[in-house]
Parts: sequence; C-alpha cells; structure tokens
Amino acid sequence: MTDASRPAVQLLAVSKHFPDSVAPAVEHLTLAVPRGAVVALIGPSGCGKTTSLRLINRLIDPTSGHVEVDGRDTRQLDPIALRLGIGYVIQAVGLFPHRTIAQNIAVVPRALGWDRGRTRRRVSELAELVGLEQEQLGRFPDELSGGQQQRVGVARALAADPPILLMDEPFGAVDPVVRARLQQELLELQARVHKTIVLVTHDLDEALTVADRVALLDRGGRLAQYAEPDELLRAPAEEFVTEFLGPDRSLRRLALLTVDALQLRRGAAVAVGTSTHDARALLARDGGDWIGVLDDERFLGWVRGTALAGEGSVTEQGLEAPAALVGPRSTLRAAMDRIMTARTATAVVVDEGRFLGIVTLEDIRRALAERAG
Amino acid sequence: MSERNPLLRWDYVVAQRHTIIAAVIEHVQLTLLTVVLGLAVAGVLAAVALRWGRARPTIGAATAALYTIPSVAFFGLLVPSTGLTRTTALIPLVAYTLVVLVNAILDGLDQVPPAVDEAAEAIGLSPLRRLLGVRLPLAVPVIVSGLRVATVTTVGLVTLAAIVGQGGLGRLILDGLRRAFWTPLTIGALLSILLALVLDAAFVLLERRIAPWSVRRPASRAGAA
Repeated sequence: MTDASRPAVQLLAVSKHFPDSVAPAVEHLTLAVPRGAVVALIGPSGCGKTTSLRLINRLIDPTSGHVEVDGRDTRQLDPIALRLGIGYVIQAVGLFPHRTIAQNIAVVPRALGWDRGRTRRRVSELAELVGLEQEQLGRFPDELSGGQQQRVGVARALAADPPILLMDEPFGAVDPVVRARLQQELLELQARVHKTIVLVTHDLDEALTVADRVALLDRGGRLAQYAEPDELLRAPAEEFVTEFLGPDRSLRRLALLTVDALQLRRGAAVAVGTSTHDARALLARDGGDWIGVLDDERFLGWVRGTALAGEGSVTEQGLEAPAALVGPRSTLRAAMDRIMTARTATAVVVDEGRFLGIVTLEDIRRALAERAG
Repeated sequence: MSERNPLLRWDYVVAQRHTIIAAVIEHVQLTLLTVVLGLAVAGVLAAVALRWGRARPTIGAATAALYTIPSVAFFGLLVPSTGLTRTTALIPLVAYTLVVLVNAILDGLDQVPPAVDEAAEAIGLSPLRRLLGVRLPLAVPVIVSGLRVATVTTVGLVTLAAIVGQGGLGRLILDGLRRAFWTPLTIGALLSILLALVLDAAFVLLERRIAPWSVRRPASRAGAA
C-alpha cells in the first residue's frame, strides 16, 4: 500500500513569505521526514520552525515549492481531510473546556463519523496508552493538572490512529520535572505506536533526547543542518550550528551515548582463588592500583594492589564493594558521574549480574574523540 | 395617603386576582417573546458582523442608536402604522435588547481562548464545526450574562408598553396612576420586580444546565475573564 522507503512527509523547496513581513518565514526548505522517525525542528525564535510545521497540514499554504504527505502533494488534498488524518498537539494544549476528557479525545473520531461503541472503546484504550485513569474521563479539562492535560492532548491527537503526529512545543507549558517525564513517556509511547513525529521545540535538550533526527533552522527559515543528534553535536556543519549548540557539546553527547557504544575492556580482573602472585603480575601489566575480583561471571569487588603482598590466593574477604555499577544502556554521562564518585575511579559494567567490563574516564574521552574523527 | 387608599388593599387584590394573574401571564409572555426575538435578531446581526468584519462597527453603532430612542416616543411613533397591538409593543422592546445581545454574542465569541480555536483548526474541524461545536458553546456564559441583563431590563420596559394597550403589569400601574389608587400600582410594581428576580434566577439555573463546565470551577473562570 504505502512504500516504506518513501518519506512520510516531504518539504520540497518550500518558501513562505507573509505579506506583512519583508523577510521570508521559511526559505527554500527541503526536508524529508522518514517514516516512523521522530524529527525535531529547532532554532532561535523567528527561524520558521512553527511555520514549517503548519505547512505540513496546510494550516498555512506555501508561497512556493510543495509539501508531500505520504507521497501526495498536499495541495491536491482537502485541508480538512488532511488535518483529520494527521495528529496535532499544541503547546497550550487547547483542550475544549466545555467538553469532558472523553469527549475531547473523541473529537476527531466523531468528526470522522465513527459509531459510538467504536469511539468509546478507542477512548478507553487511549486513556490507558497515555496513562490516564478511566475515572478522569468524565472530568472537565480544568479539573486536571497541566501534565495530565498534556497527556489528554496527546491522546486526542492519536485518537484516530493517524500515521503522522505534529507537535508544536508540546511540553512547553509544563514545569521541567513534568516535562522530563512527558518526554520519557513520549519515547515509550513511540516505541509502541511507531508514528512519524515532527516536533517543534526551542529546547535543545528536548530535541536531542526525543528526536531521531534534528533539523536546525536559522533565522529566516534556512535549514542549517539536518542530522542525527550525535552527529549534530560531533560535527556541526557551520558556525551558526556550533554557536547554537553552545560550548558544552561534548557534555551533551555524554547524555546521548550509552555504555554499550564503547569497546569495553575487561581491565585488571581475576577470579577468586587466583594466586596473589599472578594477580600482582596482572596488575603490574595493567598499571593500576586496584584489581577486580570475579566469581565466575559475577563481579565481587575490588582489592587494592598493596593488599596483595605475600603468598596465598585472592579471597572474597576484605573487598572494596563495587560502588560504581552501570548497565550497558546507561548513558556515558551516568557512567562518568559514577566514576567521579568512586574511589577506584572506574565504573563496572554489569548486565543482569554478568560482568561485561570496566569504564574509565580515559575510555570515555577516547570514545568521544574517536567518534569525532 | 388616606385610610381608604393605603399602599395595598388586600380586598382589592383578592377581588381582582384574575386580572392580576392575567397581567402577570401577559407580562411574562411579552418579556420572553421579546428576549427570544431579540436573541434571534442579534444572532443574525452577529453573524453578519462575523462574516463581514467591516460591518461590525456599523452594527454596534446602529444598535446603540436604537437604544437611545426615548421609549415612550418609540411606542407612540409606531401607533399610526401598527396600532395598539402586540407588534407595536414588541418592536421597541426587541430593539432595546439588541445592543446588549449583539455585544454579548460577539464578546462571548471573542473571549474564546485562541489556543482552543487553534487546536480545533489544527486537528481538522471545519469552520462551521468550530463555530457551532467549539466557539459558540464556549460563548454561552457571556451570552447568558447578556440575556440576564436584557431580560431584567425588558421586564421593566414592558410596563411602559401599557401606553399602547399592552404591557401586562404595566396596565395595573397605569390604572393606579390614572385613578390615584395605590393598590394596583403597588401590586404592579412589586410583581414586576419579583418577576425580574425570578427570571434572572431561571437564567442562572439554565446556565448551570447548558454550561456545567463553566460553573464547576468558578475560580479558574473568574481568572480567565
């Protein structure tokens, strides 16, 4: 039916000039949004990111160029039908205050002429999906917190199961704690529903966290760079991008990259029962102060090299507990945090109790540098 | 004020109870008819103002101008063409409600939060659906406020329609004035006040029924307004 390789949304040389402004809002923008991807549009105010979003479902028509949704030129489509087929979430949420939560979620299905039973089942399914209590469905929007209203906004956008979701600063109106949680929820939701999502934000961290690809727009609607978050941070295409990303690009990358992206070293580690002689020799080769002690695949703890004097074998007694444990999906930022606070200056990577290797600051530094090259 | 002509003589009230009840009924009918017709005309004018924005100031000025016509003169001026009929009473009464009702409808639509209308447009509601399903229901509290003002004003103005042979309780008042006999005047005035209060309360109940969302959280609405 639909060609999976064809972009879900495509802007082709699109320009938009508003009559009351000299500078174009969007200039010659070409952008393909792959099916199933989350694309963030970001940039300073006046960069045309919201205009670009609104061009997709014809809230605005382009001055020149054209917009394709699912391979079809949107100008051939009825705007109302087009919009009903695309989910939309706005910053101010814009729930209908005179309708209950259930009625708010049901707006698009009703406009599409779904029968009562189907609509009711769908509403209750969506409440579940976005984490609303069934008993909240009969309430009015004013009776819900900002975060809950935002969830209703997302449920309303997903109601008719549109393949594409447009989000205009969806988490802009909630406090940072709730925002972080909603971003996480969006990622979990996306893992289940696999929509094509175009999201406008002014929050760089949000774009980097949520998006598969980031489109960074400069003032006047010029696309400065369109890349995956790590690539954007690693290789800014131009001066403007570098400036926009700020002086802490590497630190931001730490929050994106995960431990399993590193080539993990086993480090100086021995099994319980190894002779102290062999352990000393290993430590000497490694050059460190601490040696890890393993029981089969299980990491028991650390022993200091100076405690390995004399003859005998490495035992379970007197080990320094491994304070800095991380998993393979932990971010390098989290790993670094552990390393900083551990006496051994080393994080131990463990997957479901199984020892995978160790990470030091040097490993992290090298990983960032390697990927930059 | 003599012993035989106090403010209120109960024996008169009892003897004239059928006349009084008929006057109340006529008063209610005239009032409700006025408000319903007023709302209908105001709705048309508001629709015109919405469709052609440039007509809005003209409509505002015209309805305000109608309101400035002295009521007694307005009733009197119509007598040669429409006679001592209900129509003669209704035309000025309806005309007077327009300034309040047209503005209530337009203000009510204007105060709909832009985000709500934007969201409605963005998710794909047609302009008609947005007006009827979103903006108009959200304008209800403001429109009802306008209806309350129009109704209370009309209850008072209806009494003046007595001079064209209509006017419900106004006829009792006029009768009392002509004969310098206070009881019908007092009864007419008291019932007119009471009627205004009752109808006003009825609108409050009506609003609670048709716009429960606006009543549940009065604090947040007051903040928005």
